[in-house]
Amino acid sequence: MPIQEKCRILEHQKVGPHHYKLTLVSQYISSHAQPGQFVNVKCSESFDPLLRRPISFHRINTQHRTFELLYEVVGRGSELLTKYFVGEELDILGPLGTGFNIDPEKRIHILVGGGMGIAPLLALGEQIQNSKVKSQNALYVLIGANNKEHIFGEEEFRKVTDQVQVATDDGSYGKKGFVSDLLLNFIETELRTHNSELATIYACGPRPMLKAVAEIAQQKKIDCQISMEERMACGIGACKGCATKTAGGYRTVCKHGPVLDAKEIIWN
Amino acid sequence: MELAGIKMKNPVMVASGTFGFGKDFADYIDLNKLGAIVTKSVTLKPREGNPPPRIVETPSGMLNSIGLQNKGIEHFLKKQLPFLAKFDTPTIVNIAGESVEDYAELARILSQETTVKGIEVNISCPNVKKGGMSFGCDAGLTKQVIAAVRKATTQPIIAKLTPNVADITLPAKAAAEGGADALSLINTIVGMSIDIETGGSRLGSLTGGLSGPAIRPIAVRLVYEAARAVKIPVIGIGGIMSGSDAVEFFHAGAKAVQVGTANFVDTSAAINVIKEIEEYVHRHPRAFNFS
Repeated sequence: MPIQEKCRILEHQKVGPHHYKLTLVSQYISSHAQPGQFVNVKCSESFDPLLRRPISFHRINTQHRTFELLYEVVGRGSELLTKYFVGEELDILGPLGTGFNIDPEKRIHILVGGGMGIAPLLALGEQIQNSKVKSQNALYVLIGANNKEHIFGEEEFRKVTDQVQVATDDGSYGKKGFVSDLLLNFIETELRTHNSELATIYACGPRPMLKAVAEIAQQKKIDCQISMEERMACGIGACKGCATKTAGGYRTVCKHGPVLDAKEIIWN
Repeated sequence: MELAGIKMKNPVMVASGTFGFGKDFADYIDLNKLGAIVTKSVTLKPREGNPPPRIVETPSGMLNSIGLQNKGIEHFLKKQLPFLAKFDTPTIVNIAGESVEDYAELARILSQETTVKGIEVNISCPNVKKGGMSFGCDAGLTKQVIAAVRKATTQPIIAKLTPNVADITLPAKAAAEGGADALSLINTIVGMSIDIETGGSRLGSLTGGLSGPAIRPIAVRLVYEAARAVKIPVIGIGGIMSGSDAVEFFHAGAKAVQVGTANFVDTSAAINVIKEIEEYVHRHPRAFNFS
């Protein structure tokens, strides 16, 4: 069950050209959050901008009663968020939505992140590596971004697995190309000797990338979970503002999602 | 207090479309504390709603174009009304139709339900091609719809008016003549927001309804005009974020208020409004007569 609570800021660091990492304290939220879920953050005391900003859990640290959010400054809300200092409190609603589902039958976990899409995947990767069946699990992380400056989380991912591949659109770092190219190549080479029924793809990133990943997953008959994004108002399923088209009709990204089975999603 | 025959603990309701069917907010607040719950619009048949994006934030406000997504009256009666029946707070069902007959039929179906304490007639939705605002913009049609609903039920009827008219007193009087027990206003103001990179609308369906604090002065003015044009009580809606915002509407002539978009910003917005009104009334004991 989600709550609305004032959470103290423990850390707030600039980690990229327009990118920040927030560490917030909440015993309740940190102990109830699941990777793929999100919080809805009030970014100012005023009503302009009016709405909260949905941000996914980047890291969940139950032991320290904290959770981390990784965000990019894209507008006035996120710009105002950068002004908050360590020690101040933020009005947080969460944990919200339906997160990733780690199927205990699966052995091969492939995390595919584009740009800021890596944010929820770190929490997921850490959870997979902390699970009891860790030794039987293989974790692969594929990261992509426009350029080197926009690659985030590589260092943290390398702490949970040595299987990390990076691609940039301009070739400034890692392989030149899209992260979906990395995925296709990975499936056709390393995964060939494995039973693909034991694999799951977990993806988050810009819509065209997600569409490409979903198509590859379908073509190769691999289970695929996708974290979607849509403009939101309430974040709790009441307003139906964040609808996305699925095989079962319009569904809310905030409650039915943000993580959806790739097979459900209607892309056009 | 009593409003249009509906007994309420306080004059603060939650507005249609901003509170779902109550369940989504029950995790955060005690629904028993609300004056009344107005449900999201219910239609005869399920409605899929409009293509996304459905939400755009605007200065001190937001545009929405949901398009009355709901699962229809049958699903409402089976799955949503029983939950609302558990609370000691009157349920007011907001109904929307594409024809006069649709509204009458919905009212007829609901007239048998004892949990339903009132019907709010949505003749003001700006986001549907058929029905909705087209009824509320025409005084003749307003009267026709309300009269048809009046014939179909003995439950209290609230006519929810649109601000997208030149003279609010015309639909206000028409609704009263049709037999409405109260008026609620305003629904959202039709607006548009354009993405200057693509040159196209930032909403999937071109236009949407503007809500939030940005529209409050318009709402206060329209409530002021409507309250002076009719004898039935007026419920003020439009950008209420706090108790003092609500009090503005009371001074304008409203007998009750609805808290809408604020619910998206703060799950306890309506509860805070109730507390702040109490504080105001304590400081100004003779300001209003809530009875």
